[in-house]
Amino acid sequence: MLEIIDQLEKRRGEARLGGGQKRIDAQHGKGKLTARERLDVLLDEGSFEEYDTFKTHRCTDFGMETQQYPGDGVVTGWGTISGRPVYVFSQDFTVFGGSLSETHAEKICKVMDLAVQNGVPLIGLNDSGGARIQEGVASLGGYAEVFWRNVQASGVIPQISVIMGPCAGGAVYSPAMTDFIYMVEDSSYMFVTGPDVVKTVTNEIVTAEELGGASTHTKKSSVADGAFENDVEALMEIRRLFDFLPLSQREKPPVYATEDDPQRLEMSLDTLIPDNANKPYDMGEVIRKVADEGEFFEVQKNHAGSILIGFIRLNGSTVGIVANQPMVLAGVLDIDSAKKAGRFVRFCDAFNIPILTFVDVPGFLPGTAQEYGGIIKHGAKLLFAYAEATVPKVTVITRKAYGGAYDVMASKHIRADVNYAWPTAQIAVMGAKGAAEILYRSELGDPEKIAARTKEYEDRFANPFIAAQRGFIDEVIMPHSTRRRIIRALEILKTKQVEGPTKKHDNIPL
Amino acid sequence: MSNKPFTKILIANRGEIACRVIKSAKKMGIATVAVYSDADRDAVHVQMADEAVHIGPPQANQSYLVQDKIIEACKSTGAQAVHPGYGFLSENAKFCETLEAAGIIFIGPKPKAIEAMGDKITSKKLAQEAGVSTVPGHMGLIEDAAEAAKIAAEIGYPVMIKASAGGGGKGMRIAWNDDEAREGFERSKSEAASSFGDDRIFIEKFIEEPRHIEIQVLADSHGNTLYLNERECSIQRRNQKVIEEAPSAFLDEETRRAMGQQSVALAKAVDYESAGTVEFIVDKDRNFYFLEMNTRLQVEHPVTELITGVDLVEQMIRVAAGERLALTQDDIGIDGWAVESRLYAEDPYRNFLPSIGRLTAYAPPPEGPIGERSEGDPVFEGPGGSAIGGGKPVIRNDTGVTEGSEISMFYDPMVAKLCTWAPTREEATDAMGDALDSFVVDGIGHNIPFLSAIMAHPKWRSGDITTKFIEEEYPDGFEGAEPRQNDLRDLAIAAALIRRRSAREPLGETTGGNLHVGGVPKVLEVFLGDERIAVEAEPVDGGFAVTADGDDLGTVTLDWRRGVALARLTIDGTVRSIRVDPVSAGYRLRHRGLDLVAKVYSPRVAELAALMPVKEAPDTSNLLLCPMPGLIVSLMVKEGETVQAGQALAIVEAMKMENVLRAERQATVKRLAVEEGDSLAVDETIMEFETTA
Repeated sequence: MLEIIDQLEKRRGEARLGGGQKRIDAQHGKGKLTARERLDVLLDEGSFEEYDTFKTHRCTDFGMETQQYPGDGVVTGWGTISGRPVYVFSQDFTVFGGSLSETHAEKICKVMDLAVQNGVPLIGLNDSGGARIQEGVASLGGYAEVFWRNVQASGVIPQISVIMGPCAGGAVYSPAMTDFIYMVEDSSYMFVTGPDVVKTVTNEIVTAEELGGASTHTKKSSVADGAFENDVEALMEIRRLFDFLPLSQREKPPVYATEDDPQRLEMSLDTLIPDNANKPYDMGEVIRKVADEGEFFEVQKNHAGSILIGFIRLNGSTVGIVANQPMVLAGVLDIDSAKKAGRFVRFCDAFNIPILTFVDVPGFLPGTAQEYGGIIKHGAKLLFAYAEATVPKVTVITRKAYGGAYDVMASKHIRADVNYAWPTAQIAVMGAKGAAEILYRSELGDPEKIAARTKEYEDRFANPFIAAQRGFIDEVIMPHSTRRRIIRALEILKTKQVEGPTKKHDNIPL
Repeated sequence: MSNKPFTKILIANRGEIACRVIKSAKKMGIATVAVYSDADRDAVHVQMADEAVHIGPPQANQSYLVQDKIIEACKSTGAQAVHPGYGFLSENAKFCETLEAAGIIFIGPKPKAIEAMGDKITSKKLAQEAGVSTVPGHMGLIEDAAEAAKIAAEIGYPVMIKASAGGGGKGMRIAWNDDEAREGFERSKSEAASSFGDDRIFIEKFIEEPRHIEIQVLADSHGNTLYLNERECSIQRRNQKVIEEAPSAFLDEETRRAMGQQSVALAKAVDYESAGTVEFIVDKDRNFYFLEMNTRLQVEHPVTELITGVDLVEQMIRVAAGERLALTQDDIGIDGWAVESRLYAEDPYRNFLPSIGRLTAYAPPPEGPIGERSEGDPVFEGPGGSAIGGGKPVIRNDTGVTEGSEISMFYDPMVAKLCTWAPTREEATDAMGDALDSFVVDGIGHNIPFLSAIMAHPKWRSGDITTKFIEEEYPDGFEGAEPRQNDLRDLAIAAALIRRRSAREPLGETTGGNLHVGGVPKVLEVFLGDERIAVEAEPVDGGFAVTADGDDLGTVTLDWRRGVALARLTIDGTVRSIRVDPVSAGYRLRHRGLDLVAKVYSPRVAELAALMPVKEAPDTSNLLLCPMPGLIVSLMVKEGETVQAGQALAIVEAMKMENVLRAERQATVKRLAVEEGDSLAVDETIMEFETTA
């Protein structure tokens, strides 16, 4: 018996070597960790349990029958992060370049099925040259099996993708359908067609990094939610993200003990709003000063900066943040910011994460670029997402809430639960000057009269009290007590229950 | 003697000095009136005063410097007297006269004294007449090299040969003997002629290893004049004082008395009333020479208050009301040692570039005896360190800001004056080092790391300083301190214990919860700069039993919790205050001028992290980076254009101010990375230049 056990150990040892020491060294030479090393960083030490260690491919073409590596280029199983379970797959670039075979796909599908069945999140570490060309359509079928499962799992369990090497062609569509995509700077890229094909078809000359590197996808395309300096940092930060998320839509997000007083006052918020309505300030400061321990896990930091999204904790519980950022384009809503926030609101709603919205929005960005780009439909995404969300929704208007953007930003009318305003809030159809110029068009020639009209409009509407009189604002609050107020609101909303009309699913303007 | 010389006074100033004056007035039961500009609407001095009067737009020349507005404010509030603070109208004789004419008392000297001391030549002449030692020199025209050598020998070598019209070191020579004097004269003369078109030359004594030491005087209107000993202000950067102390480590009793008596003589010569300061330059042989007299309360007055126990502001108010000084020279002693650090909104890592913005965090160490007071305990200005601390080190912080205040470009960039007092210089220095390390300021660039590094500098610690200290010790600017013995080890321990202290697990049960109670491994590896330090820690009673790289350090305590900016680490009785900011996989730690990132890993992850490539910071020498967050208002060049040094490249609008960015040298624009109207973060690339060989 012991001899047999020894044999198992030996086989396991071989499997752990993946494509062999030489290829491991090559992987390290590129500044990358191997599939198993990455799991060592991602998961609690000693918690990983591997499945299908010995699974091999069934391909007999092109001499493949002679090349067999246990595991077939992907390591799958489950482990824990901060003691909470997670299913994982980690593609092994040292084995056939991490290419996806039918069996490789089967291994991924197995953990996906278990994750959905058991209500446990899934994290995929992608590092793959693409389809296993030797297998042809079997490999393509494998991809589609994964895609189908991504869709089935969407909204059931959180799915996170980390791109840690190449991810090209069809392979991109599995990460694309997960909840979060993170990349590693300088060593990962994603594109549907690579630089060579691009050159042949469009004559554009572009490097892989320019076409689909971390910078491209975090700033321009917004395909990725963030990027990190290297493998270790990326995986450590994914652990931090994971700590915010519930295991599945059947559960509430985890709660952590905090030493941060829920009653903490922040006197400095009383001087945050500048005297001049056109002067910017940093909404990030409000978020950090309200959050437990000042911690804000920002998502899509480098894209559509006029809106901030991410996670904080309040009194130990996860809260999703959506906030206009006056520092960038005065906090305007445009195509990019509406899409960014809309998708985030839907994620929070799917996973029982309350949404806290800070509003300082001058309106929608005007112009042909926006209109031709379809701001009507893209802006509607955010409106739709807020309106359909049934999780607790708390809104704080710090300054401007103008026009249609006021309605969009989790207003009372689209069923936010608690709407607060700072005394500095200005809830109006538009800025005072614009309003005066429309209302008193006949006086346009006389700047003094218009100035007086502007002042008149300002005095009447540049405050939260007209809205408060109508009950659109539940309470005008002191900026310094924002944290205490929000925590109280979220506490009373913990038992919120809403039933919507029966439907198959909604038809969000995609 | 009335205990209340006035019922109401107005403070014609802002910031910390306005707050400082208000404190003494409050203590004396005098009502206070603040004045404020648009920029200071929410300022601390406005909150502290009993009344406040708005006096105009932010620009000082339209508000704080407008005499009529101050006088109007006095009249409308019924203030009987005005304390001018320092700067603004504090040394303006005409202002005193105008106040007098309006029947309002100026809390300071009489206009005659201000005028006499306000003129460099008159004041030097008056000083000579009063028997005050002045820098020996020959002011008259010098005919030729032979005369120059003769005069130089009379003055005594070394001498400085200077062009009358000179500046910036041009036309300046130091001569140590007759030959050098002759040669120096010829050279300076020709240089002066070509540089300034004015070849007049004068010669004065060259002061070797100069130190700036000044004497505080205090006089009443009844002919009583005292000196309150000295302050040394040798630590200066471009003539701006940075660190001051009292007493001076350099003076002996005899020199001190001589300087004091000469200062008193000068004050008497101009019928000086109120507090004033006589500044001297002192050479390596303790020869001292008069520089000038400041006829106002000095910025650095708190160090004098801490060693003498005299509240200078209170005395100024009483003297102004015509009271006699209740003190005599015999009442003035030197009790312990006081050090003052000026916190400036200047970024030491960017060549002390002024930094403006909102103080998103501002938490000074608590005032009073160190470690014994709780926040909110009253700290009276004025009384000496002993009186406050009973012999224990004391912190005093004079400031005019609070968390959320705005540091604007309109006024002086000084944020606070942090003082420590202790029985000895060494203890006061240690207390200052720790107080600086405990001072949390965010939102602006500031010089705390630089000040903190000076407190650890061996030359400062030994008192071996001159006015050239900063330019000699930091010739290329400040690039952070060098770690000293055990610094890195202790910071690594702090990082490891912080990680341990911040570990947490979710409360309650979630599906599959508590599968694996990971906990933090006993050994953590800390990557700090180029070092990798293994820290083993085990919780024991009162802290952790710590072994770092094999050294058993006994029980170490860490006072820190998540979300708190400061950690206090105690190893073997030595306490370090460390600024902590979480970053990916670790912490940014700041301590004694060090600014490092500590990454903390389990041994297995450390093994893997060591495989990660070191990424070189990108070469930014060919990039124009945005110096502040702002909006690109204008791009003034095109791709392919060759620009000259000093040419305007772009305009960035930040905080409603347009900042013109200029070319540092000739270069060709390779690429514009932004468009007009873009909002940029700090250090974002605006344009790229051709790489030049």
